[in-house]
Formats: sequence, structure tokens, C-alpha cells
Amino acid sequence: MTMAKPKYELILLKNMLQPGYTGSLADYERAGGYQALRKILGKVAPAEVTAMVTKSGLRGRGGAGFPAGIKWGFLPKDYQGPKYLCCNADESEPGTFKDRQLMERDPHQVLEGIAIACYAIGAETAYIYIRGEFVLGAKILEKAIAEARAAGYLGKNVLGAGVTIDVWVHRGAGAYICGEETALLESLEGKRGLPRVKPPFPATAGLYGKPTVINNVETLANLPHIITRGPEWFASIGSPPKSTGMRIFCVSGHVKRPGNYEVPMGITCRDLIFEHAGGMRSDKPLKAIIPGGASASFFTPEHLDVKLDFESVAQAGSMLGSGGVTVMEEGTSMVWAALRLMEFFHHESCGKCSPCREGSSWLVQTLRRIVNKRGRMQDLETLTDLCQNIAGRTVCAFGDAEVAPILSTLKYWRHEYEELIRTAEANGSSELLMPAAARH
Amino acid sequence: MLREKYKAEIDEILSRYPLRRSALLPLLYLAQKEEGYVTEAAMKEIASILKITPPQVYETVTFYTMLNLRPVGKFHIQVCKSLMCALVGSDTLLGWLEVRLGIKPGNTTKDGLFTLSKVECLAACGTGPMMQINDDYYERLTEEKVDRILADLKRDGTSSLKSGPFMWPERTDG
Ligand SMILES: Cc1cc2nc3c(=O)[nH]c(=O)nc-3n(C[C@H](O)[C@H](O)[C@H](O)COP(=O)(O)O)c2cc1C
Ligand code: FES
Repeated sequence: MTMAKPKYELILLKNMLQPGYTGSLADYERAGGYQALRKILGKVAPAEVTAMVTKSGLRGRGGAGFPAGIKWGFLPKDYQGPKYLCCNADESEPGTFKDRQLMERDPHQVLEGIAIACYAIGAETAYIYIRGEFVLGAKILEKAIAEARAAGYLGKNVLGAGVTIDVWVHRGAGAYICGEETALLESLEGKRGLPRVKPPFPATAGLYGKPTVINNVETLANLPHIITRGPEWFASIGSPPKSTGMRIFCVSGHVKRPGNYEVPMGITCRDLIFEHAGGMRSDKPLKAIIPGGASASFFTPEHLDVKLDFESVAQAGSMLGSGGVTVMEEGTSMVWAALRLMEFFHHESCGKCSPCREGSSWLVQTLRRIVNKRGRMQDLETLTDLCQNIAGRTVCAFGDAEVAPILSTLKYWRHEYEELIRTAEANGSSELLMPAAARH
Repeated sequence: MLREKYKAEIDEILSRYPLRRSALLPLLYLAQKEEGYVTEAAMKEIASILKITPPQVYETVTFYTMLNLRPVGKFHIQVCKSLMCALVGSDTLLGWLEVRLGIKPGNTTKDGLFTLSKVECLAACGTGPMMQINDDYYERLTEEKVDRILADLKRDGTSSLKSGPFMWPERTDG
């Protein structure tokens, strides 16, 4: 299956779609690579670079959508000691597989972005925290780093401008939570990946307690283009002023052509699914959409005309998150889908906060009971109650994430839950509140 | 002993970080590569290299699913079972593997060749059903592909069906 001719001028996937493009340094340079770094190093003041990024409106592509330039601006101004940049390449949100493509197919685009960010924030060291399973991605990055060092784009005295930018690849080892920025820092420090209480924010006390910026791979890959073509150009793409630029959506599920599609922010769900991803894979109609990774609330066919930008998706009750769009056809059980996601969250709960640690286990047990036709009507109340006692009561946003699939499926497909439970009641297979032997 | 065999590599790893403990995961990977799993002796040695206590190493190891505290088969098959893969048939894939290998997830075949595991999302959700075997991804799996992969691995120790640098949809020149 190959890519149809794109409808828009691509930014991030442009190089890699050229026939023969291998992602080598030579290929990247031929495509205009490292010109942005040349343009700024020793010529444009770091604060100016940050101002450009702020002006571009670039918002984080990792999940939270925080404006990148503003985040950089939070670093202490007169601080002389070491600062760090961490490139978040953990890509662990189910439904998301774009960073893998960016790193494996055009690694220098990511490295140039890292170098630009390091220069802007005054960091001499950057760590790429890549999920452990991406063995190939880590190898490709390491090779690219060696090439870039040899060519003077990284290392000591980059491009003769007296700036040091050392980049290291650091592999995670299988833990979703290490994509959360403070858990990432803990993991990078050689510890269990338990999120930190904020404040202090990483901008003031991050890696090794030093000022640190954490940015997603895709966020960083946008930087060379913003520098080369100007923040105004970038800010004119997508849904300005709040959702600028292109976005790589990772489409999965029951569509004809799943895959990564780079489109301007603000195209509709319908456009993405039916134009780009080829529509439904069979004649079964669309039933549900997850618009922004496993942590995002479900959408229904009613939401097909929602624009995929930060504001519109939030207004419609979900989030754009990581850009993972999952499509489900009629016939998919929404209770089963919620259970699958909940099993993921239960498995990945780091165990630090009791509402999430215990609650995720109870949620899985309750959902499993319902799916297995052993549920009872009170279970619906229990689910809601548990969700309400997890969301907002944890150190990190994992707690809010894990309840979204359940609360949204309960909202739109409550009848499916009820049907399963009614079957259980009719069969007499509802689990009793206590084992029979314990009741008197 | 890791220190004797990998002195240069360990020194290089340590040089990347201002604090030694950051080298913990890289050193654990080194240990796992050496023995196939992380042994108690390796944990003690790594603790001494990093100047931390063995329990500090152990508590970290137990947090991460990719670090094995027990030996696994020569080929560790990890099938993604998360929602996006489940929508396109990961349960069926798991079924094929259970039948072919004659084991349930969590077990190793008697000849020590294959360990079968169910895992959570591996960031290949658009190309499911998929599995990882040792360092390699295998995507868009069908029954025929699975048979070929298992046969290739038994015969050659590797399979040409593994994924290369990822791009999906593919570009026209492949
Ligand atoms: C549970 C959890 C998992 C996350 N996983 C990832 C991830 O895999 N990759 C990522 O870039 N951001 C992830 N994030 C978001 C990061 O915490 C952080 O916001 C992001 O890396 C910042 O970069 P950005 O501003 O460029 O998006 C996760 C957040 C949470 C709460
Ligand atoms: S759900 Fe299987 S790789 Fe993401």
C-alpha cells in the first residue's frame, strides 16, 4: 500500500516521501537540511530564537499541547549552571506511531530540531529518551548523531560558533509512564519511573535538579522549518491563532488505509478518516472514534465534523492529545473496547498514587465482570464513582487519562453496558456482592 | 564479569552522564545481552560500578518490563494485545502462535527456543496485528507470514520479514 499524492504541502514527511531518500546526512543536506542551524548559530541571539518559536504558535505534539516557546521562556534567565534538553521519544500512548517514523526515516530533521532547541535554551547536553522497544530507531539515531558530529553539526564548537551540543540516546525499558515528563526524568536518572510532584516544574528543577526542557520528537522536528521559513509562515498554516502548523495523525483501526497522515491542523475527522485514510475497511458503518490517543474520550459519528485542532476537539469534550486517531466500526463492543484500554492502564499504572493503583485494578475487575456477562446494575454506579475518585486525585495526568475511555463510553453507549448486565441478570449469572458462603 | 569484558563500553556509557546512576538502564541492557537475563551477580556488580546499593538496582529492574529476571527462550515473541491491535486481530494472532508453539503466553517451549508473551502497545498500531521478536518488529501479520517467520527463525536465526525503517503508508518507490 502506498501513499496517494498528498493534498497539502508537507513539512515533516516531505523529505522521506521523496523517492530514494534514505535519511542519511547527505540526503538531508541535499534537501536543505541544517540550513536553519547555520542561519542562527552565532548569528541570532538565543532569546530571539525562542521569540520566533513563540511567534510561530508551535504547540507541543506530545499530548498536552503547551506552547513550546513559552515553555522555553520559563527557564531561569540569569542561571549559569548546566541546563538540559530531553527529547521525549517514548511514544507510548496507544494509537500513536509517528515519532517512530520521524526518527527512523529522517533522523537528522529531529537532530537539527534538538540542536536548535539546545541553542535557544542554552543547553549543552540533550538526551533522547527513546522507548526501549525501538531498537532500530535507537540505532538509526546513534548513527545519525555520529554523522552529525563528524560534520560539525553536533559536539564541541558546533559550526565553529563556540557552542557545545552533545546529544545522547537513552533507551527506556518498557514503561508507559516514562512518557510523562517527570517520570521520564526519574527514569533517566536511573530510578523507577515515578512521576514527580509539580511544582517545582522541570523548567526550574528538572534533570539532576537543573533547569530542563522536555519536548516531543514531532515538536522538535518542526523547529528547522520554523527557522528557515519564518514564524509567520508557520503561523499561517492550520487553524491559527491557537493551533498552527501541520500535524501528523496516526490513523488506526477499521479504516482502509491506516497510517501516518500529515495534514494542516483543523481538518475535520471526516476528512482525515474518509479522504486520507480511505474510509471504512468494509461496508460496516463507523461507530466510534478516539481522536487523540488512548487517553482521549471517545467520539461518535456525530462528531465527524469536529475540526482536529486543540480547541475544537476540547470543546467537543475530548482532546487532540498525541494525534492517535482510532476508528471503530459498527459491531465493535464499546464495553470490550473500554476494557482493553483499561487493562492497558492497569498494567501501566506506576503504583505511586493509591487512587490510580487500586482504582485501576477495581475498574478492570468491574469491566471484566460486565463483559463476561456476570455484571450487575450497581456496577455502573461503581464505575462512575471509581472514575470520579481517580480523576484529579493523582500526581500526574495518568489518572485523568485512564477514566476518559470509561466515562465517555458510559456516556454514549450506556445501553451496551446495560444490555450485557441484563443478560447476566436474566441468566442468573450476575456475580453476587459477596461469595455465597459469606452471606447469612 | 561485565567490567573485564566490556571495560571500554562501560567507560563510554558512564561518560555520557554527570551522575553515575543514570547509567543504570544502559548497564542493565549490557548485562541482559550477556546472559539473556539480568542475574543477581550482574546486579551486584552494576551496583558496585555505579556506587549504589544492590537493592537500588533491584528496585529499578523490577519496574521495567523489558528487563528479565529469569531466562527467556532464544526468541522472545511479544504480541501486542492493546486495543488498536485487538481491533485488527491480535487475539487471533495470539491463537495461531499458541497452536504453533504449543504453549500459552508466559511460557517457553521445551526446546528453549521460543518464549511467548502478551504485551501492551508497541507503537505500531497502524500496522497491526504485530509482534516483536527480540529486537525486531513484525507487522501486518497474517497466518502465512507467521508460519514463515517461525520457520525462518528456526532455520536461520533471523527472518527477512522483519520491519525496516518505518513508514506507513509506504512511498511509491518502496
Ligand atoms: C501518562 C502520560 C504519558 C505520556 N506519554 C508521552 C509520550 O509517550 N511521548 C510524549 O512526547 N509525551 C508524552 N506525555 C506528555 C509529556 O508529559 C510532556 O507533556 C511532553 O513530552 C512535552 O513535550 P511537548 O510540549 O513537545 O509536547 C505523556 C504524559 C502523560 C501524563
Ligand atoms: S496497539 Fe498494538 S502497537 Fe499500538
